[in-house]
Amino acid sequence: MAETVLTHSGQSPARPEGWRGIAADWASDQRAFKNVSWGKAMMWIFLLSDTFIFSCFLLSYMTARMSTTVPWPNPSEVFALNIGGNHIPLILIAIMTFILISSSGTMAMAVNFGYRRDRVRTAALMLVTAAFGATFVGMQAFEWTKLIMEGVRPWGNPWGAPQFGASFFMITGFHGTHVTIGVIFLIAIARKVLRGDFDLERRGFFTSRKGYYEIVEIMGLYWHFVDLVWVFIFALFYLW
Amino acid sequence: MTNAAVHMEGQLHAPAHGAVATAAVHAKGQQHPIRLYLVVWGWLFVLSTCSYLVDYFGLHGYLRWSLILLFMVLKAGLIVAVFMHMAWERLALTYAILLPPIAVMVFVTIMVLESEYTHFLRVLFFATPS
Repeated sequence: MAETVLTHSGQSPARPEGWRGIAADWASDQRAFKNVSWGKAMMWIFLLSDTFIFSCFLLSYMTARMSTTVPWPNPSEVFALNIGGNHIPLILIAIMTFILISSSGTMAMAVNFGYRRDRVRTAALMLVTAAFGATFVGMQAFEWTKLIMEGVRPWGNPWGAPQFGASFFMITGFHGTHVTIGVIFLIAIARKVLRGDFDLERRGFFTSRKGYYEIVEIMGLYWHFVDLVWVFIFALFYLW
Repeated sequence: MTNAAVHMEGQLHAPAHGAVATAAVHAKGQQHPIRLYLVVWGWLFVLSTCSYLVDYFGLHGYLRWSLILLFMVLKAGLIVAVFMHMAWERLALTYAILLPPIAVMVFVTIMVLESEYTHFLRVLFFATPS
């Protein structure tokens, strides 16, 4: 997999660690990131590019909010709910945050069971993760519906600065799309795990390549990233 | 795959024990005790609750902001380091991925200054006299 050079004993030579390791990896005439498989490196590079996209959204939102002279709606009140006669600020977003964190927990455990080749537990944990993700998207649909009913639009809202609507739909919409794609990705990989594709070395339908249990970790990286982005949205959009 | 590799694959290790000795194991997949994930999961719950309470108790000013940003960074750090296994990856990859987002901070600084200037001009020229 990751090794490109093998010694006569069939094992890869020891790679230097620390700064010496960085220099050796980057100066390599074979491939950078020794001991890191292509699949993982490419997912990380994709996530880095996605980080830039989300950074640009959050930055534009910050710039709009800081430069407007019109009052910004108070998210604490906008996202409050009345539950059992009690008015609780921001409760919907708090519950969504806990659901997404829980999905990250089950995903991390799925990766672990995947490397132990425990097919049933891996698939079950991935499906639980997908269920949490679907619940999150469902709650987001409820949140969007509520706000649209209250008159929030990408070009305006009843409480002040019109950029609030644009920022809200853009940022949460893009994040919700990521969650939705993640749920589909999770179900697809869970099916492969359950069917034993990675034990039987069955070839993929589209790629004709053999899959490995590492794909569970790679898709886990994507899923944790979705949770990671939510940490920033929660702090910078809802708590500000 | 050699017997040695198979043996290493099934092996578990505590993350606290240096990365150097266990680098070969990681090449065969990230394996850490389930308990570690549960502990991190618990911490993420605690930190999220703290973030929520900052809003619930209606803290304001610098206290609110330092707390919100602190909890945000701690949560992000736990997710990246443990759930995404960055703590055990090769340094070359870690720096390649983590340094660019830190550079984004420069962009943030520029835009904070820029938006404050825009706000200043708007107040100066467009604000309705009261």
